[in-house]
Amino acid sequence: MKTHRNAELGLLAFAMILVAIYAATVEANQFNTIHPTFWIPAALLLTLFIGLHFVVRFTAPYADPVLLPAVALINGLGVSFLRRLDIARAIANKKPTPGWFEGTSGHQLEWTLAALILAAVLLLVVRDHKVVSRYAYTLGLVGIVLVMVPAVLPSSLSEVNGAKLWIKLGAFSIQPGEFAKLALVSFFAYYLVRKREVLSLASRRFLGIDFPRGRDLGPVVTVWLLSLLVLVFEKDLGTALLYFGLFVVTLYVATERASWLIIGLVLFFGGVYVAYLLGAAVGGPFQNFYDRASIWLDPFAQANYNKPIGGSYQLVQGLLALGTGGLFGSGPGAGSPGLVPAVRTDFIFAGMGEEIGLFGLSALLVCYLLIVERGLRAALNVRDSFGKLVAGGLAFTLGLQVFVILGGITGLIPLTGQTTPFLSAGGSSLMANWLLVAMLLRISNAARGPANSGGSSDRPGGGPKKQPTQLHGAPTEVFKP
Amino acid sequence: MPEFVLTVARFGFLILLWIFVFTVVGVIRRDLFAGVRSKNIVASPRGVGGAVTQGRPAKVKRGKAARQLVVTAGQLAGTRITLGDLPITIGRAEDSTLVITDDFASARHARIVPRDGQWFVEDLGSTNGTYLDRGKVSGPTPVPLGVPIRIGRTSLELRP
Repeated sequence: MKTHRNAELGLLAFAMILVAIYAATVEANQFNTIHPTFWIPAALLLTLFIGLHFVVRFTAPYADPVLLPAVALINGLGVSFLRRLDIARAIANKKPTPGWFEGTSGHQLEWTLAALILAAVLLLVVRDHKVVSRYAYTLGLVGIVLVMVPAVLPSSLSEVNGAKLWIKLGAFSIQPGEFAKLALVSFFAYYLVRKREVLSLASRRFLGIDFPRGRDLGPVVTVWLLSLLVLVFEKDLGTALLYFGLFVVTLYVATERASWLIIGLVLFFGGVYVAYLLGAAVGGPFQNFYDRASIWLDPFAQANYNKPIGGSYQLVQGLLALGTGGLFGSGPGAGSPGLVPAVRTDFIFAGMGEEIGLFGLSALLVCYLLIVERGLRAALNVRDSFGKLVAGGLAFTLGLQVFVILGGITGLIPLTGQTTPFLSAGGSSLMANWLLVAMLLRISNAARGPANSGGSSDRPGGGPKKQPTQLHGAPTEVFKP
Repeated sequence: MPEFVLTVARFGFLILLWIFVFTVVGVIRRDLFAGVRSKNIVASPRGVGGAVTQGRPAKVKRGKAARQLVVTAGQLAGTRITLGDLPITIGRAEDSTLVITDDFASARHARIVPRDGQWFVEDLGSTNGTYLDRGKVSGPTPVPLGVPIRIGRTSLELRP
């Protein structure tokens, strides 16, 4: 069985050459000359990624070879784009060029290092993804606590730009929801593996589709209510959509029932529409969502554009940036992304779009698509149902998050402040998403490795012996098929 | 910097970006069709029974050895297991090689064992039985390539 590890190494080198070319073009456009040191960030990143590559080589030798390079390319271009913004700001303020570890891009580089270390630790510690199912309830509790903490904290400690998604401790702020995703996926997967028989067998046929019985709707309604509470108290549609979509899709994967998707979509859009109507009628906790929705419906309206807080200014600037970029963009470093608000975080895709154009953006989107596809492929091929649900759920979460933020900045759906995975400035997002990739690598290793050698058997005798976790010991009721 | 260089850099970057994407797709493609091209690699069971000569088992149909166990129907449809030289256990127990969540499967339902270059299916005292094509498996039975092994709603096949 070929491991394709050398292909991974080659692709990593290729990705970092692209990052170096991007950096050189930025310098050519910004300074009108290329400094002989332009390649240093790309080389630093290459060193970091090769470090992780070797961890993969020794702990997950059969892992998917394209996950790591595709993620590395996006991460590297993110760092380079942030550096391009730092350079532009330094030039505008007549300051010297920032050092490699200064400014937003320097921090992003440090966060990348931290995220890669976390990913490596996960790969080293979790030698078999089934071990995670033993801590499923703990992880579920941790996930719910992480989701709820920003909602109960006072606004001064948790609110940034109207969305209560943060925990702010002095100069330091983290977005716990990013980590909650991972914990919740593991918990949902475990829960559904135990309950899938009940949820997939009992049904009533209606309009040619099998619908579940009313009393089996309990869990999906619970999660729906929780995500609506998130929408109301954390004032963030994207996060609510992310958690709910995650649960519904895991449910669908577990039961192979399209009816769950229909129920999920109806519940979500129903809930959102009611929240919109309530926002129009009574305001209060629904006000923020109502504002976002009205901006989305008509971003170019004078009333929306001129609103001092929560107006459509940033959305319009983002759309104009994308429009200015056109098909091929103005070239890396030649645009003016400084005009787009929040271009380092939420609007990074709009800022990059101005410079690399539709062609560049769609290449990045295809990279995301390939990452998600490889995750789903791992889910298809892995041999245990817990691994299937975890890999499917994680891959889908990543895809949904990209959809939510890109849909937001392009005006397809109401804008909500999600980070663009691996691209936006910010440590929480970067670390959580690298952990997600590490988990996908671990599961794809089990999926692609030869039978009987997935997981910990590459070190016989070493490490804790895997206990056969009783995932299917759950009592099942008997129904007529 | 002359305008020409900037234009070359601008388009060159985009072209290289897409070349990267297609290289990645190429790696995925090679990966998908790896089993098709490498027909000469025979992953026959080794060291079992000692009767394997020159790595090519005698009894194998059309001179091909089974390399993969593919699930063709049931909840795990599409799953492939690359066969090594160890037995494959099938059942609902989480420590089975192939964990199936079929309502008609037992915790330890069946196993597929290599012997003398041939794979044998063996029922492990399951409640609902194991079937090779239409016939019920009572003792160790040799499994030809492409013949379905049925366990509850799940079907499995050996593939070259």
